[in-house]
Amino acid sequence: MTNSWTDIGVSDCVLIMGSNTAENHPIAMKWVLRAKDRGGKIIHVDPRYTRTSTKADIYAPLRSGTDIAFIGGMIKHILDHDLIQKDYVVNYTNASFIVNPKYDFKDGLFSGYNAEKRSYDKSMWAFEKDEKGLPKKDPTLQNERCVYQLLKKFYSRYDLDTVSSITGTPKEDLIKVYEAFAATGKPDKVGTMLYAMGWTQHTVGTQNIRAASMVQLLLGNMGMAGGGVNALRGESNVQGITDHALLYHIIPGYNPSPNAADVSLEKYNEKNTPKTADPMSVNWFSNRPKYITSYLKSMYGDNAGKNNEFGYQWFPKLDVGQNASWMFMFDEMGKGKFSGLICMGMNPACSSPNSNHTREALSKLDWMVTIDLFESETTNFWKGPAMDPKKVKTEVFLLPACSYVEREGSISDSARMAQWRNKAMEPVGESKSDGQIVHELYMKVKALYEKEGGAFPDPILKLKWDYAKDGKVDTHLVAKDINGFFLEDIAEHPFDKKAYKKGTLVPSFVFLLADGRTSCGNWIYSGSYTEAGNMMARRDKTPVATANIFPKWGFAWPVNRRILYNRASVDLQGNPIDPKRAVITWDAANKKWVGDVPDGPAPPMGLEGGKEPFIMKPDGVASIFGSGLGDGPFPEHYEPLECPIEKNLLSPERINPTTALFKEYKFTTCDPRFPFVGTTYRVTEHWQTGIMTRYQSWLVETEPQMFVELSEELAELRGIKNGERVSVSSPRGKVEAVAIVTKRWKPLKVAGLTIHEIGLPWCFGWLVPKDGGESANLLTPTIGDANTAIPEYKAFLVNVEKLPAKGKGR
Amino acid sequence: MAGKSFFIDTSRCTACRGCQVADKEWNQLKGTKTVQSGNHQNPEDLSFNTWKLVRFSEIGENGKVKWYFFTDQCRHCLEPPCMYTAQSLGSKAIIRDDETGAVIYDPKVKVEAADFKQIRESCPWDIPRWDEKTQIMAKCNMCFSRIKEGLLPACVKTCPTGTMNFGDRDKMLEMAQKRLNELKAIYPKAQLLNAESVRTVFLVIDDPKNYWKHAAENDVGITRIAAVIKRLIRPLENFSHFVG
Repeated sequence: MTNSWTDIGVSDCVLIMGSNTAENHPIAMKWVLRAKDRGGKIIHVDPRYTRTSTKADIYAPLRSGTDIAFIGGMIKHILDHDLIQKDYVVNYTNASFIVNPKYDFKDGLFSGYNAEKRSYDKSMWAFEKDEKGLPKKDPTLQNERCVYQLLKKFYSRYDLDTVSSITGTPKEDLIKVYEAFAATGKPDKVGTMLYAMGWTQHTVGTQNIRAASMVQLLLGNMGMAGGGVNALRGESNVQGITDHALLYHIIPGYNPSPNAADVSLEKYNEKNTPKTADPMSVNWFSNRPKYITSYLKSMYGDNAGKNNEFGYQWFPKLDVGQNASWMFMFDEMGKGKFSGLICMGMNPACSSPNSNHTREALSKLDWMVTIDLFESETTNFWKGPAMDPKKVKTEVFLLPACSYVEREGSISDSARMAQWRNKAMEPVGESKSDGQIVHELYMKVKALYEKEGGAFPDPILKLKWDYAKDGKVDTHLVAKDINGFFLEDIAEHPFDKKAYKKGTLVPSFVFLLADGRTSCGNWIYSGSYTEAGNMMARRDKTPVATANIFPKWGFAWPVNRRILYNRASVDLQGNPIDPKRAVITWDAANKKWVGDVPDGPAPPMGLEGGKEPFIMKPDGVASIFGSGLGDGPFPEHYEPLECPIEKNLLSPERINPTTALFKEYKFTTCDPRFPFVGTTYRVTEHWQTGIMTRYQSWLVETEPQMFVELSEELAELRGIKNGERVSVSSPRGKVEAVAIVTKRWKPLKVAGLTIHEIGLPWCFGWLVPKDGGESANLLTPTIGDANTAIPEYKAFLVNVEKLPAKGKGR
Repeated sequence: MAGKSFFIDTSRCTACRGCQVADKEWNQLKGTKTVQSGNHQNPEDLSFNTWKLVRFSEIGENGKVKWYFFTDQCRHCLEPPCMYTAQSLGSKAIIRDDETGAVIYDPKVKVEAADFKQIRESCPWDIPRWDEKTQIMAKCNMCFSRIKEGLLPACVKTCPTGTMNFGDRDKMLEMAQKRLNELKAIYPKAQLLNAESVRTVFLVIDDPKNYWKHAAENDVGITRIAAVIKRLIRPLENFSHFVG
């Protein structure tokens, strides 16, 4: 989230799209309802009328996988009616930048496309630079190659008829949503967007979110209280997991993972430290080498020094071009390329797309260690349906993990806020905390390397590992290591000219150094556990009242900033654009900011020594034209891999031309055998694949069995009555479900055809309860987003058929 | 006795069912065996082990869908027909707490099937439930063990949206009236249900029948109350006959 949960409550308009907030983030609805209480409008755009829709002032349906068309139409509406917040757009975005003449867009492709590699040469999308190396600009926005004009031309194709024909959203509903949200483009109005997996889990997932960000920039809603683009994360601590880099392509604090071509620390830093010629740009990532050295010191301690590149050569590297994300991993596992797997708190046998394949892949392993609270379809995969235990070679171990109430530590919510959680009780039985399990595993591995040696023991043997006392992990030691500390006495620190003692905790990441005198496990959490105490344990409700943010409750990264890009919430002189919702204000007399922690202490852009607002971008401004993503500088609508219509109504490119294809896997498109759009979702009552909830009788009684929701029209077409058993099938599998025939789902007119969509949850599995049914992920395809490779769980093709009745009561 | 009251603002309810589950947790009620029968409402009805139930009601109107949630529970009537019926049958199974007004079914007092049938029929909201095996009655007890210690009922404590509210009766009625006035401007059919005679005051924004057939006390209910009053009067008549 760019913003905090609480400031959603001061918004004039909350657009919920790609999220079923009420069902999957029930507590978040508190803030949505606060906004509504103050007269704010709630809009919900979703294929299905959900519990969230019941609280919306405007509900609009759309076909799964067509969000860019919907948002693209909104961009066109904003530009056609000149509803942009012009000062904001000119000063704080790259709308005025001139793009070089090689940039083009034709027939669904941007310039620089390589069909064989399914990728672009992004240098074709560069800005024109002047003699100083600064991007050329036209603040009047008239130059035909400036971003604003290119944007206008690009989205001129997204007229209401075309958008409605792609999305299936009735035109009057499109207009209602566009008008309501675009009304927040005024300086004294603000709108926010809430999204979740309904935007990310598509082959165009990243571009869905970019499209949203572009709208927020055009309307001047980024950096404002009650504004921003807010990702409602799917698990309570998934934000913390991402921050601490449980993904292959990053190391803690969103620094890129090194690959084999980054042969030295110097090379790595050179490649990953952006430069700018703009003296007004803060270009924060020019500090990257400080964070990398401090991180390596935290990894290898005294073993890391200037003489050995701070241990950089011990650090694991990816192969050049390697994609080690989920689907690629299970693809390789299925080909027998893995011998073992440690599976911690995950249930891939139900959560993976194309789960039948995943279950097969697990059987190709020699061993699997699962670490979980309970048995799952993964821990027990070898005795699951269609498995012959005699033929499965995989040896499976289950290590009992304790639950969150049996251990203490931090938990980071969607708003980047870490809160400390106490332990309520000792772990039951032989269960242990995840940290303790990892510690003991490490000690064993280390002992084996010490005893037996190996090809490359140093990465294990040289690790600094001082998180346990008497064999018991102390979470506070881990938290302090993450915060960072000084490794030497520093007489005069370059940042504030003050003295710091060896061993003291650093106050924040601005004190980190690239010369090895500081250690820090994750720079963005620097400041979370300082000499002043555990900031994550703070529980003071004193607010910044205008913005409805609570800076003394917990700790939000970075440096306790609650609203990101808040320097864009003020005018050039530092006055809040919307004073009644002020986030920060420049106090000219005392030459400092008051309010939220600003995006850097420098004066506002219009004053002497002032800096541009978007400090993480080398250009200092936000990107309406973005050359960073692999699939284009503007979001373009492409159909899902499996779609019910023959072609993309906007271009000859049916699907995202840069998405990696898994050609050996089964998929189809515009197929009469699978005529309906399918989508998957969660329910309030079950947690993810259900392993923490399917053993709980109070929850199971509320949602006991697999269901499929479908419209009355489709039910009639297929002769299905409410409550009857049906089979839902895709090219990859089949699940049985109880039909919920509902008015909440309506067929849509798409490309002149009547298109039906159905939806099923993925919270069930064969293990428990016995009559619960199977996971919807037996149906979902192996394909993902072009940038992140998150699977396209949200749109695929299915068939629905009535099953013969089975006994009474069913 | 002013006592306590619930104010249930259904316009804020998202049917997260936190209340339904919190009730089971605090009162340690059994999870029951259910099946998916084409509706998210589950269990299908209140029972000996389900005292709080979010009812889901989907209705179509001019091609648009409405989906209402009604978090059903005992109304804790000011003058509880169930209690008077039990008394008329000579049963001490139902008492009313003087301080809070909570209507409580004594879990130690057995009630025969025929008597329970009359008690259940006397309730305009169809709340009382009975276990055939133990012959014990059960329903929401206002989390009596919690409110006596100054805690909120479990269902109120857990509600994230402000749907469930609990407190002194006058404060709750004031809150209900204020919210009703706000909503009336947008929803002309907005109304409080039987606010003058119950301690569980529901606010709905549409015809209560669109939520649940027993959402509001209906004509049948009034007849039932009349029946109860008759039953109450009869023993007195008999008594007067004897002394007369």
